[in-house]
Order: sequence, then structure tokens, then C-alpha cells
Amino acid sequence: MPGISNKNKHISSPGDETQESLREGKARIVESLKPLTLVVGHYGVGKTNLALNLALDSAAAGYDTTLVDLDIVNPYFRSTEYRRVLEEAGVRVIAPVFSEAGSSLDVPSLTGAIAPAIQAIQRPSNNQQRLILDVGGDDEGAKALGRFTSRIAECDYDMLYVVNPRRNLTQTLDEARELMEAIEARCGLSVTAIVGNAHLQEFTDEDVIEQGRTFAEAFARITNKPLICYTVPISLVGQKDSGLCPALGPEHAYPVARVVKTTWE
Amino acid sequence: MAEKVLMKGNEALAESALRAGCRFFFGYPITPQTELAAYMSKQMPKIGGTYLQAESEVAAINMVYGASAAGARVMTSSSSPGVSLKAEGISYMAGADLPGVIINIQRGGPGLGSIQPSQSDYWQATKATGHGDFQVIVYAPSTVQEMADVAYEAFDVADKYRTPVMILGDGLLGQMMEPVILPEPKDLSELPEKPWATTGHGHKRSHNVVNSLYLTAEDLEQLNIERYERYAQIKEQEQRSESYLTDDADIVVVAFGASARVARSAVNAAREKGIKAGLFRPITLWPFPEDALKATLPTARAYLDVEMNMGQMIEDVRLVVEGKAPVEFLGRAGGMVPTPEEVLDKIEAMAASLA
Repeated sequence: MPGISNKNKHISSPGDETQESLREGKARIVESLKPLTLVVGHYGVGKTNLALNLALDSAAAGYDTTLVDLDIVNPYFRSTEYRRVLEEAGVRVIAPVFSEAGSSLDVPSLTGAIAPAIQAIQRPSNNQQRLILDVGGDDEGAKALGRFTSRIAECDYDMLYVVNPRRNLTQTLDEARELMEAIEARCGLSVTAIVGNAHLQEFTDEDVIEQGRTFAEAFARITNKPLICYTVPISLVGQKDSGLCPALGPEHAYPVARVVKTTWE
Repeated sequence: MAEKVLMKGNEALAESALRAGCRFFFGYPITPQTELAAYMSKQMPKIGGTYLQAESEVAAINMVYGASAAGARVMTSSSSPGVSLKAEGISYMAGADLPGVIINIQRGGPGLGSIQPSQSDYWQATKATGHGDFQVIVYAPSTVQEMADVAYEAFDVADKYRTPVMILGDGLLGQMMEPVILPEPKDLSELPEKPWATTGHGHKRSHNVVNSLYLTAEDLEQLNIERYERYAQIKEQEQRSESYLTDDADIVVVAFGASARVARSAVNAAREKGIKAGLFRPITLWPFPEDALKATLPTARAYLDVEMNMGQMIEDVRLVVEGKAPVEFLGRAGGMVPTPEEVLDKIEAMAASLA
């Protein structure tokens, strides 16, 4: 799988059986994706890492995949930084204006390539395409989506709201719901499904995952939206004693690689 | 113990300040520190504090002066060009012996520079924060946890010595997300008294005066001398640093903040290759942790100073090393961050020339 880190390989070295269940877990999620996927949520819940995994896994599964980095609010830690990894894996990347030349100029300007990419998805008969929009954090970041609301409404799409109960300020169901509603109000689109992405970076363990799963399920219940998946780091899946292998059984577990990293990792 | 949560460096600074009893924040937006002000604007009203976006950085720092004079725990934050604008106000605070916490989430410079991370305000923070004879205590955290820790402590230290305290971060630390355990909120009624503050007294005592203007030279000189006696105390008591694998190190890498994170990875990689490398990381930049760095002199054969600038802290390193070993430099500027590989290459080259 492209993008998997050496570090993860060291920790896990998954056996054949695990590899198989990893593949199954990924395939299940990728197949359930609609042609257009919007990833929204609070800053720092892990939207970019999720979007990168969805894009890499879609490409690996043979879909014609495009990732749009729609974060024009905050020019740090966004998916454009992983352009090389993505392109090597066959993912087309649509990056913010000026970022192409390595500039961090944070102008609130959207590239002209986004609208045609959405239009291409509007055509029926295009179930071989996957367009993933990595939207900026919070309601501020979702504002940029508003420009495309009417186009998106004509597509077969999912707007995924990512939750992580270990992320400060969205740790309670109420806080998470308040922000979700602010995002919906700002972009004029409704969240269609929930993704649990509980993690604490390298401190992510079984307890964090379990807490996250419970939280995501409860959140899906109170908002009356389907839980599309909860993520499990591949490094944990590989650990025989972690008890997370069986967790791949439930239809909602999505094994993800940690693609987003710091300079010194 | 409280549970670990994920926070951005900028948010951790803000939340910890609130927990330390900060109830006034005055600032003006600038990338890459804006999340700090945004966090304050959301949270401050919920706890009865005051968040005010001033018309400029100059106004903001003078509001800090006013709130501090009235005895409040108060903070402002900015990034490099904005901190330059605050320089005059910080000097006035130092001249009036006012505590307060100033955050600088540095970006590339000089001038408007870039919005990418940098450490090129080291000199400004430690040598010339403004005009006149004065110093501010400068913390240089290198993790989000340490940002939370020093922001919590900075208010106590500022009050204890009646001096402005600066926390020097950079765009990388401010923007990055890490797990952090937040400190317990302080009980405001248990904060130390400030008998010098101008809080109103109902004619029950003589006036307190907060001022930095003294037109009698003898008086002003005397105040400077007394202030420097306090600085001597700070130098004695407040030096902080971390020494990592330095006990037997031939090559000691000296780095602070984000570049220390890179340097640590390089030191670990060097050790795997059998090179005796270590990391010395100043946590206070002023007072510079001279005593702990001196302790490495008997064993270290060479020093490598790594910074995200053209070479600033290296002067303080050389003052401590006093020519007893070579001090080399590796720096990236303008918003570039050195990679662990670059640092490792340099360590390897130095090790080869020592052999």
C-alpha cells in the first residue's frame, strides 16, 4: 500500500492472515464510497490523513481517483504536501492556487480546476471515478465549499463528518454536534455520514480506538446519520495481541496508514 | 491524571494561559499565530475574561501594560513583524517592572518575510527586545506539551520577578498537533497578591505609581541597578535546559524549539551508526543555560549549532565554549526547516574529521 511508513512496517510486520483482512477492510470501505466524497470536520481531527488514505486506497483498487485540497484557510499540514506520494500512487491532485510553485501564499482563491472535476462526476455512467475533497477545518474552512453547493447537489455524493473524541473542543457529543451544524450552515450542504477517526498520534492504543468507536456510534445515533466507518491504524492491526484483528470483523473498521507526518519522523 | 488530548501548539498556549489565570488577552491577527487569538476569542467570554482585538499590535501591547498595571494576568501574542511593533511597549513594561506574557510564533524574515516557520528572532528576544537596558525571560518550548507547560508557568515567573516573559515558538510548533495533558486550572483567589498594583485603595494607603519615566538621572540609574540585581537572581535560578545523551558525547548538537526536534532524530540516527552524538537543548534562551552547557565541556570534542536562521544562538554557545572546542553551524532560513538527514550528514562529516 503506498504511503505506509517505514515506522509502521517496523512495528507491525503483519502476517498473511492480517494482510488479507487489511485488504478486505480497505476494499469494503472503498467500495462503499460514492463518486464524490467531501471530508469535513474540526481542525486536527485527522481529515487530511483520512482523505489521503481514501484517495490512495481508491487508486489502489483501480478507481480513477482525484484528490482536491480545498483548504484555503490554513496553508499548513494540508494534503498538497503529500502530492508526490499521491501522484506516484496514481492519484491526480488538485492543489490550491500558488501552492504549485511551493508558495504558502494563503489567498482565499479557488483554482479553476475544481468545477470541471465536479462536473465530470455529474455525468452518470461514471462509477469508476472517485473525487475526494479534503475541506478546510471548522465552519471557516467549509465556507469554500459553498461556491460549489449547487454543482455538488447534482452529484451522487457523501459529506463525511470526521469525529475524534481526543481532539480538544470536540470531545463531547454536544460540542461535535454544534460544530457539525455550523459547518452545514456555512456550506449549505448536509452531512450524510459520520467517520470515527479517534487517534492520539503515536499514543493511539486499543483504549483510544475503543473510546472512539463508542463515541462515533453514539454521535451517529444522536444525529441520526449512518456511521460509515471508524479508523484503526495499520500499526495496531498488525499486533497479534492487540485484540484489534477481530475488530476488523465488524463492517465499520477501516485500517488506515499514518501518512501525515512531521519533518523529523 | 487528566487524559491526553490533541491540540495545536497555538491552542495549547492559549488554554494553558487561561488555566494559569490569564483573564485578559489583547492582540492583532497574524499568521502563523492566529489560532491562539481565535481560541482566546472563543473561550475568554465563557469564563468572564476579556478578549479584545486591538486596532494594531502597538495598541495591544499598551493594553497589556494597562491591565498588568492593574494587577491582572494578561497576555498578547503575535508573529515576528508584529512583535517588532510591540517592542516599544515591551520596553515600557520592563521600565515599569510590569509582568506579562508575550508570545512570538516566529515566521521567516526579515521584513514581511514569509509565513513559514523560522527562528530568526532569537536576537530580538534575547538581546534587543526593545530600547534600553533590559532583558525578558525567554522560553523556547519544543513540543506542544512543553508549550502548555511553559505557558502555565510563565505567569508565575513573570509575577515573581515583575518582568515581561516571552515564549518563543515558531510556525511549525504553533500549527502542529500533538497529544497534551493540560494543567489543572488555578484558583484565582489563590494567586499571589500584587501590593504594587494600581487597583484603587479608598485613601487607605499612599498611591501606587506604575511608570517608566524618570527625569532625575540618579533615580533612573538606581532603578536600572536594582533591576539588574533581579536579573542576576534570574540567571542564577531560572536557567533551564535538557541534556540528551551528552554524558559521553564527542559531538554535542545544540538546538532549541522545532530545530531541536530535527536534531534529536539526527542524534539518534548518528548513535545507530556508532557516532557518539548528543543533544543540548536550551529551554530558556534568556537566561541562557550556561551552567548546563559548561558541564559538557570536559567530554565534548566538537559542537554543532543547528538553527532555523543564519546563525544567532551560536554566539551564546561560543561564549560558553570559549574556544575550547570548535563550534560549527547548520542553519536554514526564510521558512525552510532542516531535515534530520542534513543534520546527520553534518554530524558524520564532523565525526570523520575528529577521527
